[in-house]
Formats: sequence, C-alpha cells, structure tokens
Amino acid sequence: MKYKGRFGDYGGFYVPEVLIPVLEELEEAFYRFYEDAQFVAELAQLSRDYSGRPSPLYHAKRFSEHVGFEVYLKREDLLHGGAHKVNNSLGQGLLAKYMHKTKLIAETGAGQHGLATAMIGALFGMETKIFMGVTDIERQSVNVHKMRLCGAQVVPIEGGTGTLKDAINDALRYWTAHVTDTFYLFGSACGPHPYPTIVKHFQSCIGKEARQQCIEQIGRLPEMVVACVGGGSNAIGIFSGFVEDKDVRLVGVEAGGVGVGRGLHAATLVAGRVGILHGAKAYLLQDEQGQVCETESVSAGLDYPSVGPEHCLLKDTGRAEYVAAEDDDVLDAFGLLTRTEGILPALESSHALAWLVSQKGKLDPGTVAVVNLSGRGDKDVSIVEERRPLAE
Amino acid sequence: MKAYKQVFSELKEQNKTALIPFFVIGDPDFDTSLAVVKAAIDAGADILELGIPFSDPIADGPTIQKADIRAMTSGMNVNKALEFIRRVKDYRDIPIGLLMYYNLVYQYGAEKFFGDFHEAGVNSVLVADLSIDDAGEITGPARSAGLDTVFMVTPNTGPERMKRIAAKTTGFVYTVSVLGVTGSRERLSDTVEDLVGRLKSLTDVPVCVGFGISGSEQAATVTRAGADGVIIGSRIVGLIESNLGDGEGMLAQISTFLAEVRAAI
Ligand SMILES: Cc1ncc(COP(=O)(O)O)c(C=O)c1O
Repeated sequence: MKYKGRFGDYGGFYVPEVLIPVLEELEEAFYRFYEDAQFVAELAQLSRDYSGRPSPLYHAKRFSEHVGFEVYLKREDLLHGGAHKVNNSLGQGLLAKYMHKTKLIAETGAGQHGLATAMIGALFGMETKIFMGVTDIERQSVNVHKMRLCGAQVVPIEGGTGTLKDAINDALRYWTAHVTDTFYLFGSACGPHPYPTIVKHFQSCIGKEARQQCIEQIGRLPEMVVACVGGGSNAIGIFSGFVEDKDVRLVGVEAGGVGVGRGLHAATLVAGRVGILHGAKAYLLQDEQGQVCETESVSAGLDYPSVGPEHCLLKDTGRAEYVAAEDDDVLDAFGLLTRTEGILPALESSHALAWLVSQKGKLDPGTVAVVNLSGRGDKDVSIVEERRPLAE
Repeated sequence: MKAYKQVFSELKEQNKTALIPFFVIGDPDFDTSLAVVKAAIDAGADILELGIPFSDPIADGPTIQKADIRAMTSGMNVNKALEFIRRVKDYRDIPIGLLMYYNLVYQYGAEKFFGDFHEAGVNSVLVADLSIDDAGEITGPARSAGLDTVFMVTPNTGPERMKRIAAKTTGFVYTVSVLGVTGSRERLSDTVEDLVGRLKSLTDVPVCVGFGISGSEQAATVTRAGADGVIIGSRIVGLIESNLGDGEGMLAQISTFLAEVRAAI
C-alpha cells in the first residue's frame, strides 16, 4: 500500500492478507483517477444530470421558529435515490468502470446505500449484489423492493443481529472469494483504507456546496454544522467543507437508541472504546474482552458499532463534538419537521434534527445552524406509523 | 516445551508431512472441546491450530462462524482459552499455533496477551486480520514473549510481497490454498502447487497449507507439492457440528477421519 490510511492512530487496514492486494489495486486506481480530467468531467456531469447536484440549502423558517434559532437544511434528501449515498455510489461506480470491473457488491443498512449502488449498477450495466441483514430487510422493505426493481440481487444475511455489521462481514467474505472481477462499493467513511479517504472525497461535495451557499444566501458562515453519524459519510462530507473554519462548531449526532447507559444504542463515539473492526482502528462498542456488542437504533442506517476513523480523530482533537439522540426524541423531531415544513426526513437525519430541538432555549436567536438532511423519510413511514400512530 | 523445529525435522526423517487440525477453542463447550482435541492428538495430530472465538470473524466461512457462536454461547473467552491450553498441554506436549482476531489482542494488551499465552504453552500466533504492514504492532511483544509469528500467503500475493512475508514469518508460513474464506472445498485451486514451490524457494521456514482442505486426497496433493504441513479446519469443525447431540460419535468420527489423513501424508 502506498499510504498508511491513518487519521492520527486511527484507521489503517486491518484485513486478512488476501484482501491486501485488492485494497492496493483500489488505492492505486483511486489516486490515478480522482483528479484525472476525464474522470472529473464525467463525474461532474453525472452528478448534475443524474443525481441532481447541487442540492439546495433551504432556510426552514417554521422549524426555526419552533427551536428559536435559524436552521438551514442541506437538502441531500432531494437527490436521486433519496439520500447522500448516491454521491459515493456514483463516484465509486465510475471508478469501478475505469478499473474495468464488471460486478458490484455493497452492504447496506437502511437500504439507501444498497439502493444507490443498485441504481449505479443499472446505470453502468454491472451485475450488482447487495448484502443486507434480515432485520434490516424487514424494516426497510420498500428499499429492498426498489433495489430488486433496479436489477440487483439482495442477499439476506442471517448472522448476528441481522444488521449493518453483519452485512459488512459477509460482503467482505464474499469479496475475498471474488476479488478478480468484483468491486466492493463500500457505503460509509469507515472500513479499511482506502475507503475512508475515497468516501470522504466523493461526499465532500456536500460541504463545498454548503459553505458556498452559506456565503451566497446568508452572507456569512454558520455558527454550527450538524449531521447524523452512522459510519460517518454524510457527516464527514459536510464537515470537510468547514473543518478549516475554526469558529464553526461541528456536531455529530449518533444513535442513542433506547438510551446510552440504560440500554442498547449505537453511540460509538459517545460511549465506545478504541478497538479494531472491519479493517480499521476506531472507537468501537465492545465488551471488556473485545467482543463486539449488539447495537440498537430506530434507524437502520445508524445501527452500527464502529465509526469512521477521521471522526475518531476529530473527537480526540476536540475539533468536532459528538452527542447522541434517543429514539423517542428522534421520532418527535421527525414529526416536527414534517408538520412545520412538509419535509419527511429520514430517521437517520432526524437524529441531527433531534439534537437541534434539544438546544431550544440554549442558543442565541441569531444562531445559524446548517443541518445535513442526509436523506428523505419515505422508507421510514411504516416505522413511524407503528411507533407514532396518527390519531383518527 | 516442544518446538516446531523438532516436530518438522522428526517428520522429515520419517518422510511425513505434519498433520495440523484446527479447532475453535470451547466448541461446542469447554469439556467436549477438550475431549475432541485429546482425541485428535491420539489420532496422530502433530501440531494443533487453535482459534479463540470472535464475534466478527471476517476471514471465516459459515462452518467456523457457527463454531465461534457455539463456543461464545457456552462462555468461552480469552481467560478460559488460557485455561484450555494449559489443560491440553497437561495432556501432551504438542506444539500449538494460536489464531485470533486482532481486537482480542488489542484489548487484552499485546504484551500481556502474548506473555500469558506463551506461558500457557502456545508456540506461535497468527492474527487473522493483521498483515505484515502492521506487524510491528505485534512482532516485538510476541518475540519477547518467545512466540513465533505466523503470517499468511495467499494465491494473489505478488512475488515482492511474498518475500517480505517470508522474512517476517517464523515458525511456519500459513499458505492459503484458495481465494476466499475458510471452508471445505471440492477442489483446491491449481495455483497451490506453484505457490508452495515459490515459497520453498524463498524461505527455509516450513510451509503449511490450509483453507479448503477436506480430505486425504487433497492433503496428499498438497504434500506432493512439497508442503511441510497440512492444516484442516472446516471439515473437522463440521464433524463437531453434525454430531452435536452425540459426543461419542463426534470423537469417533474425528478420530477416524484424522487417522485416515495421517496415513495419507
Ligand atoms: C439517509 C441516511 N443518512 C445517514 C446514514 C448514515 O450513514 P453515514 O453515517 O455514512 O452518513 C444513512 C445510512 O444508511 C442514511 O440512509
């Protein structure tokens, strides 16, 4: 490998030997193409015409009134496929094409990354397999159906709790046996090097646009930028645009599940200890001996016991702060944005909104908070209906 | 404590290849697992490869994943694995290669981990998800504890890297015969003979072949290719799985199988 893929001591590539040559090939290809003029032009055109970039920055005035400060939404929910995931799938899919790979595999939790990859598989005519835990297949069935409609095969994973971690385990295993023609399109800014770097690169458009839009629309930078954190891709994407602006507070919101300290959750940075899982050294939810813990969250996309290595470093240096929002508050925030703005946020993104709601009365009225609205909540309607049934 | 060197040179004199069965420690429970390992020793195992169960074994196929779950469900953990190894060594002074995932070492503390396991009677360690690139994190503490460090070579390892792996490896080189995770295979890849040949030209460290070997015939093929040892995992672990209700049958089938392979290599 040419680079170590470290963020401080975090990251690296802790994988079985058989994967080293493939990661090397991927690293080599990424650094060869990511600034290549033709690659850049093709990606820019598809980002605009296929995905729908740039996404708008929207001043959510009625929601702002409710919380008592100014909230702007970075509308990744408006992209094709309904989430920021398409940015990464398009970028990596194009890379796969430039590498002459003919097959794509991906893991998925909420199904958004699986869907984005299935779309790109269809777009580039590549055979696509999506690994998805059985629990997630059940709670995100709309996305499963969409993936199949795009021609992808959805492989149900029984292992563990049938969630994202288990899907990654099996995708890695499958890749190990099919390294020659298969490209593993990893969905978040975690996993072994070079994925955290690649995913950040393809998601950094969010932060670049948002910063520019703040200057154009508000005439200044925001006080804070808030994003939900699962593996950390949408968060690192938007943070990357502001990380050099030392006065902009960066807040990552993790899945508090039924309550950190009280029950199961997925708040890795808030409550985890450094460990090694899925190829990277990072904060990890684990028992005393190092066995990885079960996690729980109302949102399948955040239901993951580890986190991207760069977030670990941002936490340690204090450049970003990480907090947790619990399921009940998340469902309330979902309801609030829906009723005040007519926008259905994904339950993942609703974590960021829930933290903002918790800041009601604590921030100056003039405060500008930019929230990465990483996805739309159509996929979550049945969960919300079950947990918060509408009165007749 | 019996060293690898001694075993390999004794076998060489007899024109034999080392038989190395793999077990997940504590599968399906401590006592049964110990009985199985003793039966394997009696059936002719020359070296043991023992794995500590882990929640997320990404290098392992379904058979060993299930064994990990069985072992963890019945309470196996790092401390009990130490006790298990002591009990095996009480039975017979046989060299033991320990296999585990890195997080277990990391949480325990590498120095203490290797020290404790060496004291219990382990000869070498192979960390499934730690390559030579980060070997520095373990080789120091492993060597000062007196442990050999085993690394893997796979069918897609290039010549340059193979040299570097051979240089960092002591004890024996673990040669993976197929692209993929652990699990029995109908046939081995054609590259395995070539792989063993290339390795033998690079290093004097014994070369053992594992992954996918499911019977005497494949074991014999690998032996003919020049391997010094044959590692058989999933096939044996599968015999544990298929005889869960029948301890006697389990021991009998594993003994018969291993004796058969022993005779073939
Ligand atoms: C809409 C949405 N937001 C956020 C996430 C969490 O992923 P990440 O932390 O990589 O942005 C997901 C994952 O499925 C998602 O679907």
